[in-house]
Amino acid sequence: MATRRLLPFKDMGGCSITGIMDESGRRFAGDTIIRSIRNMHERSNGLGGGFAAYGIYPERDEQYAMHLMFDTHQAKRDTEALLDQRATVHLAEPIPTRAHPAISGEPILHRYFVNIEADRGRPHLGEDDLVVELHMQINAEVEDAFVFSAGKNMGCFKGVGYPEDIGEFFRLEEYDAYIWIAHGRFPTNTTGWWGGAHPFSLLDWAIVHNGEISSYGINKRYLRNFGYECTLQTDTEVIAYMFDLLMRKHGLPLELACSAMAPPFWNEIERMDEVEQAQARAIRAVYGGALLNGPFAVVVGSTGRMIGFSDRTKLRPQVCARSGDRLYISSEEAAIRTVCPDPDVVWHPEAGEPVLGELQAGVKVN
Amino acid sequence: MPEWLTQAEFVIERDPERCIQCKVCVRQCANEVHRFDAELGEVFSDSDKCVGCHRCVSLCPTNALSVRQVELDFRSNANWTPQAIRNIYKQAEQGGVLLTGMGNPEPLPVYWDRMLLNASQVTNPSIDPLREPMELLTYLGAKPTRLKYEGGDEPRLETELGPQLELQVPVMFSTMSYGSISYNASLALARAASEVGTYANTGEGGLHAGIRPFAKNMIVQVASGRFGVDADYLNAAAAVEIKIGQGAKPGIGGHLPGEKVTAEISATRMIPLGTDAISPAPHHDIYSIEDLRQLIYAIKETTRYRKPVGVKIAAVHHIAAIASGAVRAGADFVAIDGYRGGTGAAPTMIRNNVGIPIEFALAAVDARLREEGIRQDASLVVAGSFRCAADVVKAIALGADACYIGTGALVAMGCHLCQKCYTGRCNWGIATQDPYLTRRLNPNIAVRRLVNLLESWRHEIKEIMGGMGINAVESLRGNRDHLRGIGLTDRELNALGIQMAGE
Repeated sequence: MATRRLLPFKDMGGCSITGIMDESGRRFAGDTIIRSIRNMHERSNGLGGGFAAYGIYPERDEQYAMHLMFDTHQAKRDTEALLDQRATVHLAEPIPTRAHPAISGEPILHRYFVNIEADRGRPHLGEDDLVVELHMQINAEVEDAFVFSAGKNMGCFKGVGYPEDIGEFFRLEEYDAYIWIAHGRFPTNTTGWWGGAHPFSLLDWAIVHNGEISSYGINKRYLRNFGYECTLQTDTEVIAYMFDLLMRKHGLPLELACSAMAPPFWNEIERMDEVEQAQARAIRAVYGGALLNGPFAVVVGSTGRMIGFSDRTKLRPQVCARSGDRLYISSEEAAIRTVCPDPDVVWHPEAGEPVLGELQAGVKVN
Repeated sequence: MPEWLTQAEFVIERDPERCIQCKVCVRQCANEVHRFDAELGEVFSDSDKCVGCHRCVSLCPTNALSVRQVELDFRSNANWTPQAIRNIYKQAEQGGVLLTGMGNPEPLPVYWDRMLLNASQVTNPSIDPLREPMELLTYLGAKPTRLKYEGGDEPRLETELGPQLELQVPVMFSTMSYGSISYNASLALARAASEVGTYANTGEGGLHAGIRPFAKNMIVQVASGRFGVDADYLNAAAAVEIKIGQGAKPGIGGHLPGEKVTAEISATRMIPLGTDAISPAPHHDIYSIEDLRQLIYAIKETTRYRKPVGVKIAAVHHIAAIASGAVRAGADFVAIDGYRGGTGAAPTMIRNNVGIPIEFALAAVDARLREEGIRQDASLVVAGSFRCAADVVKAIALGADACYIGTGALVAMGCHLCQKCYTGRCNWGIATQDPYLTRRLNPNIAVRRLVNLLESWRHEIKEIMGGMGINAVESLRGNRDHLRGIGLTDRELNALGIQMAGE
């Protein structure tokens, strides 16, 4: 297990990604997203697939839903001991799965609905901070245990296999969500490991990623300054933490957070007006360690929000569409049209330009 | 027993077939190696005085001259090298400290040569810098940890950034004082820096009136002698650097002999004509870190917080703690000078034996500042022998914001590394104040050569970055994943924070 955590290379390869959000907050079952990602079968190689779904636990939306995998029963016992010590567990149950001919070697998959009481010794830490700490602690310290996700009213389902098979294995057609994001993996250098599949998640952030971050080496060192330990040696993990740092901790609005990660080129900055230019220069000077270099396209989910975003030269594909209340972001237009044959609008976002799906005014999901 | 045992280090060969007795060599050699015998109508050479600077070889119009290092002049002995024996003879004859110039020439490991760089294949496309943007723009100075915005639909930046130096290429000209080098050489460095969009450093030589027009591309130094320092000097420049130490001679001061203190130098350094300019080993008002803080803030007050104030230290043991102290004392950038750094004059024993390699110093400092969460509080500039663009790329990947080049710049202007700068008889017109010699360095040509050097390095840095699939230097900075070690022990790899080739 420890060897898996210290994989000598970062995740490399090509991938398929797709995301669907209903901005009215209306929830829909997981078979749609499975059909969409299945259409891009050729973009993955059976070594990893996964999904994140938002709005699936409305009856427990005040609790953090921790999806975990264990390679051994001992790991489960160790984790549960830690959970009992640090958190209040409201419900613990296996994550429902079905036997699937294409899926084998699955780990123990369990979910826990928890809350963590304020730490009187460290009053400056909110519940989110304590959950992040617990998440990091399990991943770093508990042998053979790994947290898929730990956010409110959302969860990640992932494993080794083609994504459509993984989706069926997890019985996703039985869940209703207002955001679904999915990923099919084509890793070139890492063996399949259930924890290594996408999405990667922290709190309610979940990321699916197609690409390779050539700035990974500095991004992880930059994040370490702020207490994020990159234990997985994958660049996707870096993106998840970066969103959490920039938006939750530093309170940057989405556009600015994205312009830290995929900033405009200096020659574009030179053409901006004075105020904009000062802002852009400050962001590049201060957040150089957050710049994500290399080819990538990502879909990011968080409560009430879905973001599509690519590198600043758009070296990986990303296409978007809207149909009624639904926003689609995908690696291929075909994967959108297979579930939405006649969208109102289809477009290709500019390099580095974020595409945002948000719940309509007044819609509450948590 | 003969009084002098020191023998010539070089042998001069003159091809009689080619020599036309034109006397160029006679005029060019300030060491008086070549002599024209009017009676015989022939030029003769005295190898004893030759320093191996190749001026005569380069200028001989008929290629009649060659200068070779004397080989096998002593019985071979792996322990008592010719250099060690020669040094003893010299000291036995003269009873003094051995002096030398330029950086450490000893065959010690160059760790840059034991690090290799990465490139993209298949999964990550490499980038062609001739067709795609490739950004090297670098800001030096303290940065806040985060930016704060006023909310609303149109967020407005609330945080104000402190003063920054803007570098078009992450290479600057290192500290070389007017005095240690000629006016023409100083002027060429300043002009080249301003043409390229980088900075040159005055060293402790003051800011000559002729160089002031380029002051916005100059970093002025405040060293222990405080030569040429006044409020005008501090405010004229782009940034101020406090010199604590120098890689070639950590713990040692400086000494510009009175005969070099010409009228111009006297005016620029603000010292009486013909007096020795002595820089004490320590600053006599800095006996601890809190004193350094006072000086940093005295300068910040004087410059009304409009200029970054840096601190230059030599790479020595516990460098990480020292650099951390400087950052906490308020330095906006820390310049670290490794043990191969150059000098106009240093005791040979000090230059060859004191200090540590810049590679280890940089790796340790960058890691320590990150551990302490203060890396953004100061930029890191490294010095101490950057010979080529690849050295610069490796340093940035290891964690540097920018590099200083001194020797490299001098070589671009014609220096042949004879290591005799301290004699004041530089035949190339660089490290001398003799007007007969300084005239040899045409500042226009020197500027062009310096600009060419930086331009070519800029191209090479972009090419290497493009290969890595990185299009902005901030993604290279501190990105040690792109470095691999070769022929290094585990301890060395760990100290450098890099993996081994093949991993």
